Amino acid sequence: MRFERITSTLIVLPIDNIDTDQIIPARFLKTTSREGLGEKLFHDWRYSKDGKAHSEFALSIARPGSRILLAGSNFGCGSSREHAPWALYDFGIRAVIAPSFADIFRANAAKNGILTVEVTREFAAFLLESQMRALGLEVTIDLQAQALSAGGITIEFPFDAFSRQCLLHGRDELDYLLSQMTEVEAYENAHAGS
Amino acid sequence: MEPQTLFDKIWQSHVVKEEPGCPAVLYVDLHLIHEVTSPQAFSDLRRRGLRVRRPDRTFATMDHSVQTNPTGAAREDAAATQQLRALSENCGKAGISLFEPGSEHHGIVHVIGPELGLTRPGATIVCGDSHTSTHGAFGALAFGIGTSEVAHVLATQCLLQRKPRTMDVRFTGKLRPWVSAKDMCLALTAKIGTGGATGHVIEYRGEAVDQLSVESRMTLCNMSIEAGARAGMVAPDEKCVDWLKGRPYSPRGLAWTDARKRWLALRSDRGANFDSHVRIDGSDIDAMITWGTTPAMAVAVGKPTPRPDDFATESERAAAAKALAYMGLKPGEPLTGRRISTVFIGSCTNGRIEDLRAAASLLRGRSVAPHVRMLVVPGSQQVLRQAEAEGLDGVFKAAGAQWRKPGCSMCIAMNGDQIAEGEYAVSTSNRNFEGRQGKGGRTFLASPLTATAAAITGRLTHPRELMQEVPCVLNA
Repeated sequence: MRFERITSTLIVLPIDNIDTDQIIPARFLKTTSREGLGEKLFHDWRYSKDGKAHSEFALSIARPGSRILLAGSNFGCGSSREHAPWALYDFGIRAVIAPSFADIFRANAAKNGILTVEVTREFAAFLLESQMRALGLEVTIDLQAQALSAGGITIEFPFDAFSRQCLLHGRDELDYLLSQMTEVEAYENAHAGS
Repeated sequence: MEPQTLFDKIWQSHVVKEEPGCPAVLYVDLHLIHEVTSPQAFSDLRRRGLRVRRPDRTFATMDHSVQTNPTGAAREDAAATQQLRALSENCGKAGISLFEPGSEHHGIVHVIGPELGLTRPGATIVCGDSHTSTHGAFGALAFGIGTSEVAHVLATQCLLQRKPRTMDVRFTGKLRPWVSAKDMCLALTAKIGTGGATGHVIEYRGEAVDQLSVESRMTLCNMSIEAGARAGMVAPDEKCVDWLKGRPYSPRGLAWTDARKRWLALRSDRGANFDSHVRIDGSDIDAMITWGTTPAMAVAVGKPTPRPDDFATESERAAAAKALAYMGLKPGEPLTGRRISTVFIGSCTNGRIEDLRAAASLLRGRSVAPHVRMLVVPGSQQVLRQAEAEGLDGVFKAAGAQWRKPGCSMCIAMNGDQIAEGEYAVSTSNRNFEGRQGKGGRTFLASPLTATAAAITGRLTHPRELMQEVPCVLNA
């Protein structure tokens, strides 16, 4: 999975503690594939009982083709299901901006080409206000520069250096691990029996 | 040498390599897998032409979507069947031991690991499941991973990990007779929030933790993730080590004597530095119940629901209002007396024999209220057998509860065991997120005692009210 830079309008879901059961309810986890989960993304918030999309829900309001989600703090808490980033990716989302992320979600997202952009609560509020004022607010996220630009302001965001290199070069963590097998064997020999 | 925490010691002894700027290559001693988060990982291996490196360190079970109805009439749906078949085929080809439903050692992954003696003090244990922290009760470093990482471990027996921070959570004092580990979890989560321990590994310490039974410690560590923690752990003591003696995969003979000695030495050094500290007076904790849609939205049984205005920040006020609306509750409303219609006893949090004993202790000689459906789902086949040997199944059935087969069941509601839209359930499981137990369903999380008290009266009830003549089974 590769990520360099994107410019997109926002999908706005400024709620704290959005758990993975909301991102993708458990009843949709009975799959053996990674694909096709986008239409189930935020299913129970997104659709009414008769299966129609709620016209006022964030995914319906957002401009078609929006690829950045703005969410509240502790995004992705709860279950370890990687189906959450798979559903986001399948829907077209490539970055989530939030004041904080749950650990497992952050790790899962990076492995699936989704950037977790941690910003201050104040900056998240600024993005929200800017979006309210002008619905077509464009946000640019540049991983090389670790910079986010919107509404004439550019900020830097923290990002794990190793994950950044993997994403910039489309490298897989598994490739790195596989290149360490000599050491792994040595470790196993030294710890045999334990 | 600088004093180290228990976590530091386990971490250090499992780092294979750490290059500058890179995460550590961490060796995994035990990899547990289940049907829901493994099929795509096996596909990754096939796509890359890789083999499972250490099938001898990998163990599988089917728990999330299996049927628990003992009549056998109900079957898994087509999708679940395909997923179960995929696990069976993947394990067969790779030579991985699989504990299938109905077999002697089948059960929920976090119940059978310790039960089989696969879980060991000082080990690193991972599983594609966030409640893997359960195994930390034995002084193991155990945490949940995503499916890509499941593939990494299958292929290399290692994971890339940044070293987490440490949190010292100290429960002082003596718990009251009706207070259990579940109430401690809810009290902690209510205090620090669902993200309060993000990035940290918790070590639970203090008098109240020392006094907990080994099974209760599993409950305590199980819900570490609900406060955002990477893992939770308790240093092994004699009680913990003895619990593991004679288990099918536990060391025997001289190897046992040697392991026992090593395990008992595993603890945080005096003066070891933790990155943060939380202190809770265990004697102050009451039976707890959730009122909202995160495990942190919890209060003592008997307290009213909070008023959104009571919260400090706008986002907390909004979250409280949204949660109350979802739950169909008013601000400041009394929770006790609220009519409920389903009670679920089970899950990796509270599906062990001690939990069933607690439920049975209240239920003996009483009945489940006529309008209540009560499901008792043992966490494993071994728990089921033990309960039947003690006659607990008879207590449940006589009271009008359903005695089920092992599985995750209504905790995640993937197998058809679920609650209806708008329905109120008291559940001993770990999550009360919107729709967790069925779309539109409303969950009150509580301990087995509190849940059983609600089953008997048909309303949210403080367990103390039903405990006068019941000998206390907890905290013995």
